Amino acid sequence: MSKSDKAAEIRRLMLAEGDAVEQNTKGFNAGRYDSVSELENYEELKDRAREIKEDAIARLPELIDQLRDAVEENGGTLYVADDAADANRYVRDVVADNDGDRVVKSKSMTTEELEVNDALERDGVDVVETDLGEWVIQLADEAPSHLIAPAIHRSREDIAELFNETFDPDEPLETAAELTQFARERLGEQIRDADVGMTGANFITADTGTMALVTSEGNARKSAVVPDTHVAVAGVEKVVPSVEDLQPFVELIARSGTGQDITSYVSLLTPPVESPTVDFDDDETPLSERGSDREFHLVLVDNGRMAMREDDQLRETLYCIRCSACSNSCANFQQVGGHAFGGETYSGGIGTGWEAGIEGLDVAGEFNDLCTGCSRCVNACPVKIDIPWINTVVRDRVNRGTDEEFDWLVEGLTPDAEPGGVPLQKRFFGNFSTVAKLGSATAPVSNWLADAAPSRWAMDRLLGIDKRRELPTFQRETLRSWFERRETAIDDPTREVVLYPDVYTNHVQVERGKAAVRTLEALGVRVHVPEVASSGRAPLSQGMIATAESHAHDVYGALAEHVDAGRDVVVVEPSDLAMFEREYEKFLPERSFERLRDNSYEVMEYVYGLLQNGGDSERLRRAPADDPGVAYHSHCQQRTLGLEGHTVAVLEDLDYDVVTSDVECCGMAGSFGYKSDYYELSVEVGEDLAGQFTTDETRDRTVVASGTSCLEQLDSLLSRPTTHPIELVAP
Amino acid sequence: MVTETVATFEDSLGQLDVEWTHTTSDGFEATVASLIEEPAVGVSLPFDGASLPDAVTVDPTAAALESARTSVTPASFGVAEYGSVVLASTPGGAEPVSLYPELHVPVVRADDVVPGMPEAFDRFGSEIREHRSSSIIATGPSATADMGDLVFGAHGPKEVHVVILDE
Ligand code: SF4
Repeated sequence: MSKSDKAAEIRRLMLAEGDAVEQNTKGFNAGRYDSVSELENYEELKDRAREIKEDAIARLPELIDQLRDAVEENGGTLYVADDAADANRYVRDVVADNDGDRVVKSKSMTTEELEVNDALERDGVDVVETDLGEWVIQLADEAPSHLIAPAIHRSREDIAELFNETFDPDEPLETAAELTQFARERLGEQIRDADVGMTGANFITADTGTMALVTSEGNARKSAVVPDTHVAVAGVEKVVPSVEDLQPFVELIARSGTGQDITSYVSLLTPPVESPTVDFDDDETPLSERGSDREFHLVLVDNGRMAMREDDQLRETLYCIRCSACSNSCANFQQVGGHAFGGETYSGGIGTGWEAGIEGLDVAGEFNDLCTGCSRCVNACPVKIDIPWINTVVRDRVNRGTDEEFDWLVEGLTPDAEPGGVPLQKRFFGNFSTVAKLGSATAPVSNWLADAAPSRWAMDRLLGIDKRRELPTFQRETLRSWFERRETAIDDPTREVVLYPDVYTNHVQVERGKAAVRTLEALGVRVHVPEVASSGRAPLSQGMIATAESHAHDVYGALAEHVDAGRDVVVVEPSDLAMFEREYEKFLPERSFERLRDNSYEVMEYVYGLLQNGGDSERLRRAPADDPGVAYHSHCQQRTLGLEGHTVAVLEDLDYDVVTSDVECCGMAGSFGYKSDYYELSVEVGEDLAGQFTTDETRDRTVVASGTSCLEQLDSLLSRPTTHPIELVAP
Repeated sequence: MVTETVATFEDSLGQLDVEWTHTTSDGFEATVASLIEEPAVGVSLPFDGASLPDAVTVDPTAAALESARTSVTPASFGVAEYGSVVLASTPGGAEPVSLYPELHVPVVRADDVVPGMPEAFDRFGSEIREHRSSSIIATGPSATADMGDLVFGAHGPKEVHVVILDE
């Protein structure tokens, strides 16, 4: 898809489906926060779930053998299908052997992946989806827009229109209750004389051949029990060792997905099940005398998964239990849904990993850029998958596979470690530290030139930088040069710190750096601002992993001696701190990573620590008596690190009245909001935040945010100034 | 005496908007009779001294099941933390019987309510390994939000009323 087509497609989907998706995903997401907060042992359960999956995937071939024995002992058949065609062939054979005219299905993403419905329909078999949401998209001939709520993009009115047009009922259907009743009756008839029932499986235990099906409607129960042939289709990764291993997943899956504590039904079926088959025309035989001469087939699908298992970076994807938390907690997904933020079958943050492994990089590459790396999904994932990292890896691989014709344009500006092929736009943003250095050295001329119309036109054309965005203004005097020129004399300091001169604080938002220095010194801390490389956040977010890694080594080299000298590392920009605390684990030896992580602090976190340990808050700037209060937006990655509370506590300690936003992300996310393809989406996400800061309660408050991106976004969407919290409290 | 576990069970049922009634084997028949709407079907109960009222057709035909409005089936146990009842699949058809009618009345012995999922899965582990059985952990009525709003009674019961059998 060309660039402008992509922007147009996103715009179309935001308009057509955005409202329904937004309302539903936000509801699920809020439900998740509530529901998991009631679990005392939430973190333990996640650890346990993760352990089980790691172990199961490591031992998968052995577990499949064990499962085969169990299924056969139970009287069923296990078939492992290499790919979609193989799986479909097997299913078609089973249906044909049973003279099946109709197959009723309960919801299964794996069968969507296989397109088994199409395969069966080509044989003349009537395939009926019995999950209400699945049925809606079957009638509408659409792809699912969400992992667990496939018709999430459709409003009640939409569905009513669809039903009324398709079935022309005597009385037009209108309410959700009417629509549900209509579907129940209609589908009940289809189930009644179905020949084969097809279900998915959320988990399958190797020890007993028991499958767990997590559902709410009851259609999976009917599909598995009413017809006398049951075919279950699931990815190979669904196998876990034993029945007891199901427990953490049963407690986590619904809470993480829709925010219910548990769904109405968790079926633990060990097929062929003992329940009698049901023939509703039979008014003579009591159920207990009907017997249960059932056939059961379990089809385990490989279709790329065994190769993912061998892939050190994509393997984690196989731990995914498809709960949808990563979609619901994603600010971009909330606006566009899975039709934009998704591939052939799978959607949302983890969709990239699935599609890369199953369909290939080209499909994954189509929507991978919608992950901004905000990391809000990371703590939400019940199996603790580093979803942003998977997106980064896929982006890196996509980059390496493409050719780009304008490489010469950014030569010199892009001293990266990447081979040719990285798209120009990505190289530009990925090497932003070099751009910034040049920008400061030649400011203000660089700013005038960059803002001139011909430059903006060229940037839009060649770099895909949207003309509607204001560009950062480079400061001629960087934080480091200011710092070196001034006299500092902290005798007998309480602590010594390195203030990390991140690119933005050093070149653009220099005032907040100065404020950090003044604050720290006021609290008796001796500050150093040495030359340190940029963290690698910028190249990482463009998928330039090799470049990011070389930054990590440089940064560690520059900071290690300071850490050894007992100095703490204080960071203003949360996205850079997150590099030190999260991503460097992938780049540095374990001990180096831990040393830097354990000694690094977000600036307000550090101030909080100083005040807790006897620092004199009288030396900082208190809220004046007539202060209008503060509307504070913490940075997405800062919140993932659990560091929002420190800023709030410091501000409250200094008598500021604080209201916080509760959106997941500001929508700017580094370079994302600058890109022409995503400008409008970025603004749509940002409007949520701006909306929260323009209510009656917040309208007059000082707008405060911790991240550069958030400040840029708020600046462009609000008509009042914004500031970093450190500037508010600095003397 | 209502134990702490049973109190938690009731609490969870309350949060699900599911009603419950306590009874003993003496009062059981009358209690069930007062809860059902006819026609009612059921499967026989494995609880000493607790038998179903005549109004409940035990071991119905499929046709009788289809036209029934209420079903009464035993629960193997309850899970207090979630307000769940565990419904075992049996050759007698407990699974379809508990699923089709509008109102489902599961009967659980108070002594059979376990505190949480860890205890429940300990039971499932040994039980399923030994008997290769199937069960449903059922929590509240059948529900869907796929039609734009939460609706009960999607494919299964609209309403659940739990009978807790004491002593
Ligand atoms: S990656 Fe994690 S959060 Fe996302 S769907 Fe899978 S299990 Fe859920």
